[in-house]
Amino acid sequence: MSPFWLILLVAALALVGAVLGRRKAMASAGGDARVLHSLPNYYGANVALFVAAPALLVLAAWMVIQPLALDGRVSAMIPETAYEDAGALNLLMADVRRIAEGLDLAVEQGALTAAEARAAQAEDLRARLAEIGVAVGAEIDPSTLVAAQGLRMLDARADLVRTVVILALAAAGFAFTYARTNASYRARNSVEFAILLLLIGASTIAILTTLGIVLSMLFETLNFFRQYPASEFFFSLTWDPSFSGRGGASTLGILPLLWGTLYISIIALIVSVPIGLFSAIYLSEYAGKRFRGFAKPLLEVLAGIPTIVYGLFALITVGPLLRDAIASPLGLGNSASSVMTAGLVMGIMLIPFVSSLSDDIINAVPQAMRDGSYGLGATQSETIRQVILPAALPGIVGAILLAASRAIGETMIVVLGAGAAAKIDVNPFEAMTTVTVKIVSQLTGDTDFSSPETLVAFALGLTLFVMTLGLNVLALYIVRKYREQYE
Amino acid sequence: MNDMRFTERTVATDEVKIAAKGVQVYYGDTHAIKDVTIDIADKTVTAFIGPSGCGKSTFLRCINRMNDTIPSARVEGDIRIDGEDIYDKRVDPVQLRAKVGMVFQKPNPFPKSIYDNVSYGPKIHGLARNKAELDEIVETSLRRAALWDEVKDRLGAPGTGLSGGQQQRLCIARAVATSPEVLLMDEPCSALDPIATDQVENLIHELRERYSVVIVTHSMSQASRVSQRTAYFHLGEMVEYGDTGDIFTNPKDERTENYITGRIG
Repeated sequence: MSPFWLILLVAALALVGAVLGRRKAMASAGGDARVLHSLPNYYGANVALFVAAPALLVLAAWMVIQPLALDGRVSAMIPETAYEDAGALNLLMADVRRIAEGLDLAVEQGALTAAEARAAQAEDLRARLAEIGVAVGAEIDPSTLVAAQGLRMLDARADLVRTVVILALAAAGFAFTYARTNASYRARNSVEFAILLLLIGASTIAILTTLGIVLSMLFETLNFFRQYPASEFFFSLTWDPSFSGRGGASTLGILPLLWGTLYISIIALIVSVPIGLFSAIYLSEYAGKRFRGFAKPLLEVLAGIPTIVYGLFALITVGPLLRDAIASPLGLGNSASSVMTAGLVMGIMLIPFVSSLSDDIINAVPQAMRDGSYGLGATQSETIRQVILPAALPGIVGAILLAASRAIGETMIVVLGAGAAAKIDVNPFEAMTTVTVKIVSQLTGDTDFSSPETLVAFALGLTLFVMTLGLNVLALYIVRKYREQYE
Repeated sequence: MNDMRFTERTVATDEVKIAAKGVQVYYGDTHAIKDVTIDIADKTVTAFIGPSGCGKSTFLRCINRMNDTIPSARVEGDIRIDGEDIYDKRVDPVQLRAKVGMVFQKPNPFPKSIYDNVSYGPKIHGLARNKAELDEIVETSLRRAALWDEVKDRLGAPGTGLSGGQQQRLCIARAVATSPEVLLMDEPCSALDPIATDQVENLIHELRERYSVVIVTHSMSQASRVSQRTAYFHLGEMVEYGDTGDIFTNPKDERTENYITGRIG
C-alpha cells in the first residue's frame, strides 16, 4: 500500500475513532455532557490523536529509514569486481535504483506484467525502459539487474510489513483509548498534553536545524583544514585561489576578505545609525500623529526593497556618481565599484532596521519617565538625551548590532557595488570584496567538492557565522546588563 | 474616620501663593475644568478631594503647565503665582516647572543611580557650580525627603531598585532638589503600602515649613491628616473650599457632605 493511501486510511480510522469515542463518552455520561470531565469533543479528539499520531510518526520514520536500510543490503549483492571505489559504487547504486523504479513503473503502466518484470532480461531491458520514458545511462549489466530485482523484492516485502505495522498501531491506539473512554477520563488534559508535545516538537525542530547547519559547516571546514593549513587561512594577507584547471597552488587568506567585510559594514553603520536613530527620535518624540502615520510605513518600505535592487542602484547610480564627483577629481581612483559605494547603499538599506526598532523601543519607555522629567523643568530635548535614550539604550544597541549582522552577511549590494577584488587598502574609493561574495564565487561554476578552493567556502561561512553569533551574544549581554525594569 | 487628627490646623500665613481665577480646561471637546477660582496660601498643605474624574488632577497639572504636554488640552483663565501670570507668553513653562515641583501618582524614578536621580534637576538648571555643591544639594534633598539615612551608602545604586515607598521619597527628593516654591503631589500615596504612606505623610508635614504643598488625594482620611485647607471638586467644578476642619465637620454644600459621608464617590 502506498504511503498516500496508508495516510488516508489512518486518517479515516482516526475520524471514525473520534466519532465513536465521543459517542461512548456521551453514553457513559447518560447523555448529559455536564457529567463528563471534559467537553465531549475532547473525548473524540483524544481517540483520534491516539489512532493517528503514533501511526503517522512511525510511518514518517519508516519512510526515512527504509531506503537507508535496504541500500546496504542491496549494495552487498553487487560483486566487488564490478566497481573500483565508493564513488563508482554510488553510481552503480543509482542505476540499480533507476532500473528498479523503471520496472515498477512499467508494471504500473501495463507495459510489462508483474511476471515479465520479474523475469526481465538485461539485454533488451534498456530499450523497453526507454519506451516508457526511463533513461538508463549505460547498457544494463546482469549483476546490476540482479541487484535491482533484489531491491524490488526487498522493497515490496518492506512495504507489506510497513502497512501491517502502521495499521496495527492505529488499531492498537484505538483499542487502548476507546477502552479508557468514560465519563471520568481526563480527555482534556490528555489532548492538551498532546498540544504541548506539538509545541515542544516545533521548537526542537528549529534548534536541531540550526545545530545541523552548524555541524555540516563544521565537518566541511575540518575537511578543508586537512587539505589547507589553518594558519595560512587565518593569517595570510593574500587571497588568490587558483582553480585546478589552470594549475598552481592557491593562497586562501581570509584577512583581505574580512577587511573588506568590516570596512564596508562600518561605513554602512556610520551611515545608517545616525540617520536611523535620529529619524526614530523625531518620529517617536516630535512628529505629530498624522505625519508619523504615513512616514513610518514609508520608511519601512525601504526594508521591503530586495537587496539586488539596492545593488543595481549602487552599480548604476551611486558608483559612477561617487567616482565622477569625488574619487576622480581627488585622484583617489577611477573605479565605479568601491567600498564607499557599497557602504553607502548598504547604509541606506539598514536605515529602516535601525529606525523602526529604535522607534518601537523609544515608544516603550513609559510616559511616566517623560512626565517626571518635564515635571522637573527639563525641556523635551533634555528629556530625550538624559532620560529616554539612556532608558532605551539597551534596545537601541540591540537594534544596531542586528543591523551590523545584516551588514556583515549582505552579498548582493557588495557584488554589484564593491566589486570582487580581494585586497587590503585604506582608500575607500578602491574596489574591495567581502567574505560572502567570495563564498558565492567559490561555489559557482564547475566545482569539485574535494578541492580546497571549493571547501574554503565552508570555512569562510563558518567564520562569518561565528562573527555574527558573537555579535548577537554581545547584543544579548548588553541588553541583559543594562536592562532596566519597569513595572 | 476615627483616625482624624485635627492637629496643626492653623494656617501659618495668609499670604496667597497661587491665585487662580476663572480657569477652564478642555480636552478636545470635553470640558474638564469649569470656571475654577481658588487662592492657595503659602506654607500650607492644600488638599484637593473629590470623586474620580472630577478634574482635581487636571487642575493640579494646570499649576505647572504639565497640560501643555498633552496636544489636545486647552487652558483658559488666569493662574498667578506670586502675582505673575504663568500662562503669559513670556513665561517659559520649562522654567516654571523648576519652580513648581511635581510628584506623581506612581513613583517614577529615572533608570539612573539614586545620586543621578536627585542631581538631574540641579544639573539641568545649573544650580551647582561644582561637584561639592552638587553633592550638598543631593544630600540636603535626600535628608528633606527623609531618605538620606537609608541610601547614603549606596548613592550609586539604581533608583529603580528601591522599594515603592523609598522610590516615592526619592521622587520627592528629586522635586525638592530644584528648590521649588510650590510642590504639587498627584495622589502620591496611592501606590504605597500603609507604612510607606505614613512616612510620606510625615514628610508632607515637614515640607510645609518651606513650600506651598498642593496634594490631590482619594483618601479623605489622608486629606484630613495632612492638609490645612481642602477643596472639594465635583464634575469639573470646585464646589467648596475652606479650612480642612470646617470642610470635614461642617460642609456647606450638599454634594460635599454626600461625598464626605460616603454617599458618592
